[in-house]
Amino acid sequence: MPQTEPSTQDNYILDMRAISMIFPGVKALEDVSLKVRRGTIHAICGENGAGKSTLMKILSGVHPYPSYSGDVYFEGERCEFKSIRDSEARGIVIIHQELALSPYLSIAENIFLGNERSKGGVINWNTTETQAAALMERVGLTENPQTAIVDIGVGKQQLVEIAKALSKRVKLLILDEPTAALNDDDSAHLLELVRQLKAQGITCIMITHKLGEIAAVADTTTVIRDGKTVDTLDMTSGQITEEIMIKGMVGREMNNRYPNHTSAVGEEILRIEDWTVHHPLDSARKVVDSASLTVRRGEIVGLAGLMGAGRTELAMSVFGRAYGVGISGRVYKNGAEVSTRTVSQAVAAGLAYVTEDRKRYGLNLIQTVKENITSVALSRLARWGAIELNAETGVAERYRQELSIKTPSVEVPASKLSGGNQQKIVLAKWIYSEPDVLILDEPTRGIDVGAKYEIYTIINTLADSGKGVLVISSELPELLGICDRIYTLSEGRITGDVPRGEATPESLMTLMTQQQEGAVR
Amino acid sequence: MSAVTEYLGKNLRQYGIMGALAVIVAIFAMMTGGKLLIPNNMASLIQQNSYVLILAIGMVMVIVAGHIDLSVGSLVAFIGGVLGWMMYHWDWPWPLAVLAALILGLICGAWQGFWVAYVRIPAFIVTLAGMLIFRGLAIVIAGVTMAPLPNGFKTISSGSIPNFLRYVNLPKGSISSLPGMGWFALFEGGYDVVTLLIGLIAIGGLIFSQLRKRASQRRHGLALEPTGALVIKLVVISLAILLLTALLSLSAGGTPIVLIIVGLLIMIYTFVLNRTVFGRHVYAIGGNLNAAILSGVNTRRVNFMLFVNMGLLSAVAAVVVTARAGAATAQVGQNYELDAIAACFIGGTAVTGGIGRISGAMVGALVMGVLNMGLSILNVDSAWQQSVKGLVLLGAVALDLLSKRRSVVS
Repeated sequence: MPQTEPSTQDNYILDMRAISMIFPGVKALEDVSLKVRRGTIHAICGENGAGKSTLMKILSGVHPYPSYSGDVYFEGERCEFKSIRDSEARGIVIIHQELALSPYLSIAENIFLGNERSKGGVINWNTTETQAAALMERVGLTENPQTAIVDIGVGKQQLVEIAKALSKRVKLLILDEPTAALNDDDSAHLLELVRQLKAQGITCIMITHKLGEIAAVADTTTVIRDGKTVDTLDMTSGQITEEIMIKGMVGREMNNRYPNHTSAVGEEILRIEDWTVHHPLDSARKVVDSASLTVRRGEIVGLAGLMGAGRTELAMSVFGRAYGVGISGRVYKNGAEVSTRTVSQAVAAGLAYVTEDRKRYGLNLIQTVKENITSVALSRLARWGAIELNAETGVAERYRQELSIKTPSVEVPASKLSGGNQQKIVLAKWIYSEPDVLILDEPTRGIDVGAKYEIYTIINTLADSGKGVLVISSELPELLGICDRIYTLSEGRITGDVPRGEATPESLMTLMTQQQEGAVR
Repeated sequence: MSAVTEYLGKNLRQYGIMGALAVIVAIFAMMTGGKLLIPNNMASLIQQNSYVLILAIGMVMVIVAGHIDLSVGSLVAFIGGVLGWMMYHWDWPWPLAVLAALILGLICGAWQGFWVAYVRIPAFIVTLAGMLIFRGLAIVIAGVTMAPLPNGFKTISSGSIPNFLRYVNLPKGSISSLPGMGWFALFEGGYDVVTLLIGLIAIGGLIFSQLRKRASQRRHGLALEPTGALVIKLVVISLAILLLTALLSLSAGGTPIVLIIVGLLIMIYTFVLNRTVFGRHVYAIGGNLNAAILSGVNTRRVNFMLFVNMGLLSAVAAVVVTARAGAATAQVGQNYELDAIAACFIGGTAVTGGIGRISGAMVGALVMGVLNMGLSILNVDSAWQQSVKGLVLLGAVALDLLSKRRSVVS
């Protein structure tokens, strides 16, 4: 039923009009419009739960026609996509935040997965590899096409996804948080690639939280808030600042992205000495190399390091040896040595570790908000092993209010909540365990600006109540914004211990990239 | 009233399988001209299927934690064989033999739990090995059938609670002779008072516990279930218990002893799974193993205990089954593991773990039991019965998945 539309005059490749979508009880999108010019990079930003992903799912056929209302015009034709297959046939390819690659197949096999170079069901391996090599060159991936996906890093995996999209003769490429899991180098490479693709005439829609990236590459930005289009900004004008975008996203000015806070620092509460950890698959490789650090009561300490510096590995190995082999070193709590060989021991010693990967390590998504919140300190609610169910609900309700977790009820599965609210559940579950020291690993990853501010406030409150907080983060402005003192980690070694007043992004970055003497690169 | 309908609508899926059971009972009651609901058939329905009910209790916990146990059928045969040996060759008094069998069940469960929890071999493999090991041992011990077994022992399965309170008689034809009341003949005869009492206590206990829960919720200022919904729920469940009680008290023996055993096990394990830290840890492990480990759950101990418990329940099933047969043979327990697993899945347990209820598995087991009995009364060939059961399993899980999918999309 495609019918031609006159809107092609402006050379818009995509025109989504008055899109509305209702989930049970929630209006996910309300009268959203999106026009994307051919051959441009179009950024979409908005808070978590604003409706960005839902809009893209409609465009790619994940939410099939007619589960929504409104019209989608692609290259001037009205489209009714009922599946991803339909949208890909038109040249629309979406790359999700969680990559869809098969880990034990090779790069070449993954590029042509579902689209095999074959004749009568028999794969032609020569064509597969030559064409894969050509595509890999286009995305700047220098690897053997036969290498398995598990053996390459996330950054390169992202490139494989883009090569896969190119193999489908993509006209409109949608990237959902493409750099969320990438380090700075890989991010820069990816953004450069997106620019090259634009030069080759491929239109690109990019969903991202990173406003710096938008400023760097986007031609146009659409801001979505609460399921509605708030603004469409022309980035080429040079007038658009991050503050303007943030204002659009949260509906208020965010002059100060970090709450004002003065820490009352007390005596030492946690000391880690000479901590060394080896890689679980390669026991000769030191992932953490005789690291020592201290955290004091009421202090917020940052741990900065590039991807692969060993930050998460340090935290998880201290916390019940949840990572690594050949671990040596000592942990002191209030000056006395404690054992943290198992997670239970670490919890008993007053430690809490809030993971960077809440879906994999932090939450049981099919259990309720309540059950997640009480999962660590459940025995406190139990008498003779039997849980006091009403008291448990009371605890969950208390944290729902204290941390303003937005949920219809504490009895809904954790999977139903947005990223920021899920993060609050993970925080609540550890706060309820009443720890003395909290290790927060990327506490604001993948959550929106407004929720970030709330998380920072929670961190400050924890410090004010006399707890020690160790924050691991990839975002230097965040560490500079909330920490009293920042350690830098490079190649598993602590390379710096800088008070907030003396730290600048540049000075930290220098320490973070400091190499061991004699190391060859 | 709209709040009530809304509440029921939201919780419809939870009761869906119970509705399915009611429909199946109704269909077979009609097709067999009411024979399915004859009091003696109700009693033997419970006696025949007690082993599935008992095994499914343990199996649902194992599956919720993300494992499976393929060895329970062989384990029933092995423990049954040892049980028979102790009574037949060694002349042990039967209570001692039963106690020893339960301990043996714990030991066998610990054996499998060790490999699953501490060596971390997938349960599928450990219990597949166990299936072969225990079946082999069963043939070694009970290759020659051991019978007869002591009468006291056989009472466990065939016996009933003594009817020391006599009967209340509703004479035949007193109501069914009235116009249009012919169907009531089913409910005329001598009612066993003990059974009636047990039924009334069950209903009273149900209402009391619900009211207590409600009072406690109100005290804690929590959202209450709409009064109408609560009343409807209580009335429907009470009527079902009342019907079963009436039929049982009219049956030859009254309340079968196994019904009491199964009832107690259901109550105990429902409490364990819903109300204890251990039970919550089972769900946590099945839902997200990594998160459970990082929350300080001792996953190895929980996994170990799950299999120890499965061994214990296999021993209980062995006692019940051997007592019912009145003999110990190596062939007993064929496909019991599959019956138990099927009961769990029909009852809404998730294949991927993390989701499942004992009540669901119990209803699932009854669905299969009613199918068996109904088809037998209709003289359907046992080969066909198997195929029908297979189709019901497939249909039940398919319906469950489709309804979930629809609720997500809409």
